[in-house]
Formats: sequence, C-alpha cells, structure tokens
Amino acid sequence: MNEMVITREQREARLEGMGCKRKRVEDIRFTQGKGNYVDDLKLPGMLHGDFVRSQYGHARIKRIDAAKARALPGVIAVLTADDLKPLGLHWMPTLAGDVQAVLADGKVHFQNQEIAFVVAENRYVADDAIQLVEVEYEELPVLVDPFKALDPDAPELRPDLAGKTVGAHGPRKHHNHIFEWTVGDRAATDEAFNRADVTIKEMISYQRVHPSPLETCQCVASFDKIKGELTVHGTFQAPHVIRTVASLLSKIPEHKIHVVAPDIGGGFGNKVGAYSGYICAIVATIVTGQPVKWVEDRIENLSTTSFARDYHMTTEIAATKDGKVTGLRVHVLADHGAFDACADPSKWPAGFFNIVTGSYDFPVAHLAVDGVYTNKAPGGVAYRCSFRVTEAAYCIERAMDILAHKLGLDPAELRLRNFVRRDQFPYQSALGWEYDSGDYDTAMRKAMDAVGYAELRAEQARRREAFRRGETREIMGIGVSFFTEIVGAGPSKNCDILGVAMFDSAEIRIHPTGSIIARMGSKSQGQGHETTWAQIIATELGIPADDIMIEEGNTDTAPYGLGTYGSRSTPVTGAAIAMAARKIKAKAQMIAAHLLEVSEYDLEWDIDGFRVKGNPERAKTMKEIAWAAYNSPPPGLEPGLEAVNYYDPPNMTYPFGAYICVMDIDVDTGVATTRRFYALDDCGTRINPMIIEGQVHGGLTEAFAIAMGQEIRYDELGNVIGASFMDFFLPTAVETPVWETDFTVTPSPHHPIGAKGVGESPNVGGVPCFSNAVNDAFSFLGATHIQMPHDAWRLWQAAQDLGA
Amino acid sequence: MIPGTFVYHRPGTVQEAVALLADHGEEARPLAGGHSLIPMMKLRMAAPEHLVDLRGIGALKTIAEDGGDIVIGAAVTQAQAIASDLLAARLPIIRGTALQIADPQIRYLGTLGGNVANGDPGNDMPAVMQCLGARYVAEGPDGVREIPAAEFYLGPYATALAPAEILTAIRVPAPPAGHGWAYEKLKRKVGDYATAAAAVVLTLAAGKVATCAIALTNLGPTPLLANAAAAGLVGSNLAPADVKAAADAAKAITDPAGDGRGPPAYRREMAGVMVARALTRAAQRAANGA
Ligand SMILES: Cc1cc2nc3c(=O)[nH]c(=O)nc-3n(C[C@H](O)[C@H](O)[C@H](O)COP(=O)(O)OP(=O)(O)OC[C@H]3O[C@@H](n4cnc5c(N)ncnc54)[C@H](O)[C@@H]3O)c2cc1C
Repeated sequence: MNEMVITREQREARLEGMGCKRKRVEDIRFTQGKGNYVDDLKLPGMLHGDFVRSQYGHARIKRIDAAKARALPGVIAVLTADDLKPLGLHWMPTLAGDVQAVLADGKVHFQNQEIAFVVAENRYVADDAIQLVEVEYEELPVLVDPFKALDPDAPELRPDLAGKTVGAHGPRKHHNHIFEWTVGDRAATDEAFNRADVTIKEMISYQRVHPSPLETCQCVASFDKIKGELTVHGTFQAPHVIRTVASLLSKIPEHKIHVVAPDIGGGFGNKVGAYSGYICAIVATIVTGQPVKWVEDRIENLSTTSFARDYHMTTEIAATKDGKVTGLRVHVLADHGAFDACADPSKWPAGFFNIVTGSYDFPVAHLAVDGVYTNKAPGGVAYRCSFRVTEAAYCIERAMDILAHKLGLDPAELRLRNFVRRDQFPYQSALGWEYDSGDYDTAMRKAMDAVGYAELRAEQARRREAFRRGETREIMGIGVSFFTEIVGAGPSKNCDILGVAMFDSAEIRIHPTGSIIARMGSKSQGQGHETTWAQIIATELGIPADDIMIEEGNTDTAPYGLGTYGSRSTPVTGAAIAMAARKIKAKAQMIAAHLLEVSEYDLEWDIDGFRVKGNPERAKTMKEIAWAAYNSPPPGLEPGLEAVNYYDPPNMTYPFGAYICVMDIDVDTGVATTRRFYALDDCGTRINPMIIEGQVHGGLTEAFAIAMGQEIRYDELGNVIGASFMDFFLPTAVETPVWETDFTVTPSPHHPIGAKGVGESPNVGGVPCFSNAVNDAFSFLGATHIQMPHDAWRLWQAAQDLGA
Repeated sequence: MIPGTFVYHRPGTVQEAVALLADHGEEARPLAGGHSLIPMMKLRMAAPEHLVDLRGIGALKTIAEDGGDIVIGAAVTQAQAIASDLLAARLPIIRGTALQIADPQIRYLGTLGGNVANGDPGNDMPAVMQCLGARYVAEGPDGVREIPAAEFYLGPYATALAPAEILTAIRVPAPPAGHGWAYEKLKRKVGDYATAAAAVVLTLAAGKVATCAIALTNLGPTPLLANAAAAGLVGSNLAPADVKAAADAAKAITDPAGDGRGPPAYRREMAGVMVARALTRAAQRAANGA
C-alpha cells in the first residue's frame, strides 16, 4: 500500500544512486577490524618464506652457504638463484620489457636485493635461518647518481645486457642506458625558442619516494599437486594480470591458476607489479606441496618493492614579453634503478609524461626522456597518479611559476593568460593528446574568489615589508597550481600491458527477486568500489544500491580486467558497468513491453522501472521485470537477466583542478606551517561526493608528505637511507593541514556517465601547489627554484643561502 | 623485523628481578614498556635471551613526595606521569616533556625508568632530569645506591648502571614554587625524536635570573648539561644579548650527528634556537608565577 503513496523523490532517494553521499558499505567491516586481508589467511600446513637480502649496493656474490640455515630445525628449504635456474625462473620479465633477477644471479645490483628465499615452519624460524645464511661478497663500484650513469667510465651495472644495443624501447646508447623516448616537433620548438622574447630554464627534480601503503606486499601461494592447480591470494591491484603472468612463467595453464585479491590495505601503485616474493612463494609451494606465505616487513617494502618518481626534468619555456607561452622543451633524466620495472602501459616507457604541456595552449613542444640504470631498487610506479603524470604536472606547474617570476607577473594571472580555452575542446595538445573537455578559466577564477586571492597577495606584500624591517622572522607563501590529468588507460589502440589491451569489464546478474550481484575486473584497495559501483547500477537499473552486491578480486568469478591504478576504474570499469547495465535495461524493456502488452517504443524509463508513455499508471518496476525475466519471459526470448561488458575506452579522460595553498615559514628553523589549502576538483560527473572528498583528503595528505618531506635517499655507498617510518615522512593527523574542497562539473563527452576519475588528482595537483607555496615564499629573497622535499632543514638551508 | 628467541620472566619484586638478572648475566635485560627495547630486538640490534619484565612489580609504579624530593617509580608510564596531579603541580616540566614524547599509544606503555635507563641520546627525559638535578636510585646484588642524572650517561646506550642493577626510582628535588620551566623540542612529526631540544629550569628574583639550568637532547652522544651557558645567565635580566650569549655557549658544547633530521650544522644551529626559545618561555612562566 505504501508503495502507492511514495513520491518520485522518495523513489529516487531510496535507490542511493549517483550523486548520493552514500556511506561506504565496506567501512562496516573495516572499522570493526573485520576486514579480510592476505595476512589474515592461515591455511593448514602453511609455511613462511622470507628473504636473505644484500648488504651492498653493488657486489659480486662469491659464495652462498646455506648449510647452517638448512640444518636449523623447522627450516624446510632455502632457495637460491641456482635452484630456480632449472625452472628458468631465476630471472623474470618486467612490465617494461626488461628482465629482473628473482634471486640475485651471481651479482647484487642494489641494497636489500633478494639473494635467497628461506622457507620455514614459522616466521621466527625463517628469520633465525636468515641470520645463518652466509654470503660472501666482492664489492663493486657503486653508481647512485643518475647524472653520472652515462659517463664513459661509469661502472657497468647490467653485464647481462652486454652487447644489447637495442632495448624494448629502441636503441641504447650506453651500457647504463635503457631507452630514449622523444615526442614532439624538435625543429619547430627550437624555432620558437629562437624567436622568444623571454625564456626560462631550470632543472626540476622530483625526488625518489615510495607509495608506502599501510599494508605491505604479501601473498599466500598454494599448489594442489593432485589437481595441478595453483591458488595465489595476494595484495594485487591487477589480479587478472598476475594470473596471466603466473601462467606464462610457471607454464601452468591459466584456468588452473586461481588468483584472489582479498581486502587490500592501500596500493597507490605499489601492488601493480610482480615481485620476487610472489615468484618464490609459488616455486616454494610447488616444491614443498604446502602453502607458503610471504609478507614483506616495512623496511623491505620501502627499500625494495617499487619506488616512484626519481625524475630529473630540465625544463625550458619560451614566451612573449606579455606572457603568452610559445614553446616548451623538456629533457628528463629518469632514474629507473637496477632493473626497468616501471609499471607503465607497454608502449609508454615514460608513461604519459607527454601530458607535460599541462593546462596551457603551447603551440609547439618537444620532450626527450632518457632512462638510466643505477644501483637502486627497481620500480618507477605510478604512486597515486596516472603513469608519470605527477612528474609532468610538477614539472610544468613549477616552470610556469618560474616564468611568472621572471616576467614579474602574478602566477595565477600567467595561467589565466595561457589556459586552453573552453571553446578549444576537444583540444589537440602539442605532444599528441586529445583533451576531452575542460573549463579551466571558470575553475581558476572560482578558486581565486574562494580564497580571496587578491587580499592574500596584499597581505603577503605587507608581511614582506615587515620581514624586511626585521619585525618578523616568518615569510608567507601562496602556492597556485592548475593541473590537467590524463587517466583511464586506456584505448586498445595505444594501451596494453604485456600485449593485453587495457579494457576493463563488468558483469551484472539480476536475481529473480530483483537483487543483484555484480563483478568487475577492477580491484578496490580502499577506493570504495563496493559503494560506488552499486550506485552506478542503482541509477542505471532502478534497483536500490543496498540490494546490489559488488565483488572484485577473484579471477575465477570476475570477468577479465586490468585492475585498479592510474585512476582507471571509473573511466574504464565505471563505463563497463553502465554499458552492461544498459544491455540489461534493453532486455528489461522487451520484457516490460510483453508484460504490459504494449510495444517497446511505447515505454519510457522512470527511475526504477518502465511506464507506458502518457499512461504512467501502467508501469512495471525493475523488480517485477526481474521475476518475469526468469519465470515468464516473452516467447522466444531466453530467460534470465544478466549482461557482461568489456569496455575499450575511445579516449582517456582529463580531470583537472585548481589548488591554492597559503603557507608560513619560520626562517630560523625552516619549519613550514600550512595555514590554508583549498582544492577545487573537476572530475566530471560525481558519483559519490563524500567518497570524492575522502579521496581528495587522502591524496592531498600524500601530496603534502611528498612535497614537505618524503624521500628514499641513497648514500654514495649505495646504502638506502631512511627506509623506515621513523624517517620516511608519513604525516599524522597532527601534521596534516585542514583541507577545503570544492568542485566544478565538466562531464567527459565520451564516457557513458560523463565521469572522469578523481582518486589521484589531489596527489598530482597537490605536490606542485605545496612546492609553489614554498618557492613563492622565498621568491622575494631571490629564489627561483628550491628542490623538494621541503623539509625543515632544507628550508632553513634555503633561507641561509638567500641571506634571510 | 622478527626478534630472536628469548625466555620471558615476570618477577613480583625488585629482589627477584635482580636475582634473575644476576643469574643470567649478559644474556638478560630488564624490560619495561618495551618501546625502545622491542624495536631493537625486532631489528636484531639487541638479542637478549632472557627478558625480565619489571611491570609486575607494584612498588615501581608509584609517584610520591618524600621530604623535599618527588620520587617517581621506574615503571611509572609516561601516560601516568601526564595524568599525575602531583607532577603537574610540583614538576610541570615532566608533564610538559612527556606530552612531547611519541604519541599516546607509546606513552601508555613507555615508562619513565625505561626512558632514562635506555641511554639513547634521543630520549627526552634524561636532559630534563639533568636540568632538575635528579638522582637515579639503583638496586643490584650489592644493594642500593643513588647516581646523579648528571653522571649517569657515558655514551650512546652506555650508562653508569652496573650489570644486574635495575633502576627503581627517580628522585627529583622539587624546584621552588613559581620557578620557570620549558622543554622546547624541534621534531619532524609526532613520533619523532628531537632534531634538537632544550630543557630549561630557572628562578627569578626581582626580575633577574637567580638560578638556571639548561640541558640538551639529541645533540651529542649523551644528553648535555649546558653549565657554562646557564651560569652566564645568573644575575642577568635575559635581555636579547644575554639569551644569545647563552644560546651560543650551549651550541658550543654540541656535537650532533647528521641524519634525516638534518646535517650537523643545522642541528647545532637549532640547539641555539631551542635554548633561546626555552629561556624566553621559562622566563615568561616564572614572571607569571607558573
Ligand atoms: C615510534 C616511537 C617514537 C618514540 N619517540 C620518542 C620520543 O620522542 N622521545 C623519547 O624520549 N622516547 C621516544 N620513544 C621511546 C619511548 O619513550 C620508550 O618507551 C622509552 O625510550 C623506553 O621506555 P620503555 O619503558 O619502553 O623501556 P624499554 O624499551 O622496555 O627498555 C629500554 C631500555 O632500558 C632498560 N630498562 C628499562 N627499564 C629499566 C629499569 N627500570 N632499570 C634498568 N634498565 C631498564 C631496558 O633493558 C632497555 O635496555 C619512542 C618510541 C617509539 C616506538
């Protein structure tokens, strides 16, 4: 009866569909400590593996003696490269077309590299055994400075590649050279520089950092000898890709491999790749016939599995004297560590770094990236960003500020003069992208109004005078950044991983009573997919989100997908969900027509079902249609109500945003305090505003950490410094600034629901915003560019150097 | 990050604890809150075979007044110290410093005795105890003795405690009412040890410094009592030039290591800044009668 009096608004509201601030359904278990993580898994007879790791950054291994370790009670096996060799598994291919030692093969290339894998009855015995493995080294000269990698007399780091003059991405010009990647029109760019009124040039470094999810990388591998089946539970952002790689490497047919990613405690790019731990656990379970667990500790995580950034970007802009940019030239020296294990789409050795023209209408640009080997951990992952997009955004946003400074123009004003205009979309960038949609001018002006930009600049002028008069030892910086991201990898025409095109998928199955189970090829690591995917389906199919169960991560049940990273889930999986829902809707319409005895064309969709046009009393809800789909389908139509969609996106999506930061710096100590941080994000259609806000808060906190302190540093001997949370800066709530969030909405024209993705925007836009604030603070003292991280001692040093 | 094998003991009295330590010699270590020792064991930088947990000994958990001294049991946690009305009233610098140690979770377990017995130059309490003229009460197979905090620290993780001796209490002569105090600590984040920190306890008479003690944390192999810096201030009215002279004198005795917190030059400079700020704040407190 109540059904009859319910209003349209109530019907709409109870769906909790798109646009609703629906509470995260996964949080019920997370906040009660009832999540189910890899390390919670305990299988009968499960063994524990752990690594003997290199003390040195670069050394020959003269001898490994594991006899004492093998003799320790409770030790089952100690694997070295020699044990993996007969299986062909002592080296593995990387996602970037290089190879990587699974266990050091005669040589170590970086400190903490895996040398031997100890398998024992428990973690304690495994660690005791590690102390007993004797490794004799002969030290080799260490190379940690990427700027010295290509010196003629630089030590040769990869003798395994000797004589290989062509790598996966073209010619190699030196024994430590990996690739050179160039994009753009060099001659036209040179010409723009020749004719420019004003040019700037700066070497802008983005230091080596680490994604550092709270849960480290881990897996449990379990081989059933009778069935010949392998099950691997692991912290995988891309479980299907892991299954394919495991099959290719182990030669176990793909259908006999079951990869399961349970709840994941953060990924941020760290959990995309395949690591030695996975391979060794798989080999160990096959050898022993018992399940083997491998769990990284914090130091191992920070010092071995996947660093990010380490890009050194020599950046030049040409401009007219009234502040119109006319050309961009960038050369990047990319430090990839000991193996090229970047997790980029295969054809993109520097990811999508060619988004480096940013939000500005550069008529010409040229980019060259040289990748080099050093004695550091491999990786180069997209730490909460689409591939190398954070580096690109940092590069252009710092460079625009440097140009503004040189021209004596306000940094916001310079940006306004150079934005790609709204009427230029779809916009072809000088480095080859087609930006889908944007309204930069509106976003920038909204941000400036929101913070009272003009008044902030006036205050800054007053405070600079007071500083000059010696009345204060504090300086004030205003950071502006305007970023354009490129996410949603990606169209099969240019994006694949190991040959697998970067589509994604969704399968939706409606049960007879009208509730739903839906499975996707993506994999949440905290993004809230269980909540938001249900909201898309709720709006598309008129079934309340609470009646929709979302399942990801089990490769046996989920359709094949490329996983979650690079903000690709909403642009690609989100689209697949909408398209699968629309297939169902089309069939539902046929069924409704049959039930209502009208033609399909006489029906229209109305919130949660179909009604007869002009006769809204005659209607069938989706729930009724579902029952009929199974039990009384129209003659000739197969029963059931489900659909699968594999979505190959026609283009990337291009979220953007305007961020402004106000910072005060005590020059006597170098301590910086963020007074205010305002973030306006435009991610197109907003599925769940609360989740967007949460993503922005998290991403900004990481941006703050990166800009203001994070660094994985190596000393000249190749020792990794600061690979623990005592040193690696993970801010607590006390240090974290208060975030103000805002938005505009410019839907993507090519995406079924117009959504662009937001998870990574704040990291991309936040880092330059903080760094620009710091640089802006010091600019009146003569600073042009101060390198990150902006921790207290470096800011104090900057103040000293500037005579403050 | 997995410790080696050890045997766990939980004695109920100081005498039992001392006997256990004496029995097992070098292989045994007292365990208090475990928040310095256990991280070292996980890194296998320490591998004791016997842990003698002192937290079962009720006598070590009290804070009391005894004559002119405040006596703090070695197993009093940092959280307990923060909550103590007696300390808040008589030794506010202990509360003020404890609040700057790590985070609440660590302070619920970490003890004052462990903090001062540990011998890590990064620990905050030792400098404060030196500033206050505290004495550590030690009990071992040969009986009970008192060791001045100023003489306790010999080098990183090296202290005047003899093998099998445990620290049972810290005796602090209560400073006069109305004294000024400050603990200024520069750190990178919550949970970090000091880049540089300075403790100051002073009294004023007619606007001039009557007594003053200054000590420094994490600026050398041990906590540093900056006697010359403090002596130079007696009789002064803490004019900017006086404060600067004291800061410079304090800086002169530092020998900081370079680490992720900054190079030695920065940390030495920060020693001066912290001393100056601590003096100013302590003087304000003294002037306000708090
Ligand atoms: C993340 C983190 C951050 C921290 N930050 C700070 C900080 O900012 N400032 C700071 O001061 N400390 C800090 N600490 C250390 C913390 O305060 C410790 O609790 C303290 O240093 C040691 O006290 P405990 O009770 O935990 O001692 P334990 O760790 O149990 O013992 C430490 C050492 O003292 C010995 N010992 C303990 N009690 C006695 C006794 N009664 N007699 C003789 N020997 C004894 C032990 O054998 C051991 O060698 C931090 C710790 C962590 C984990």
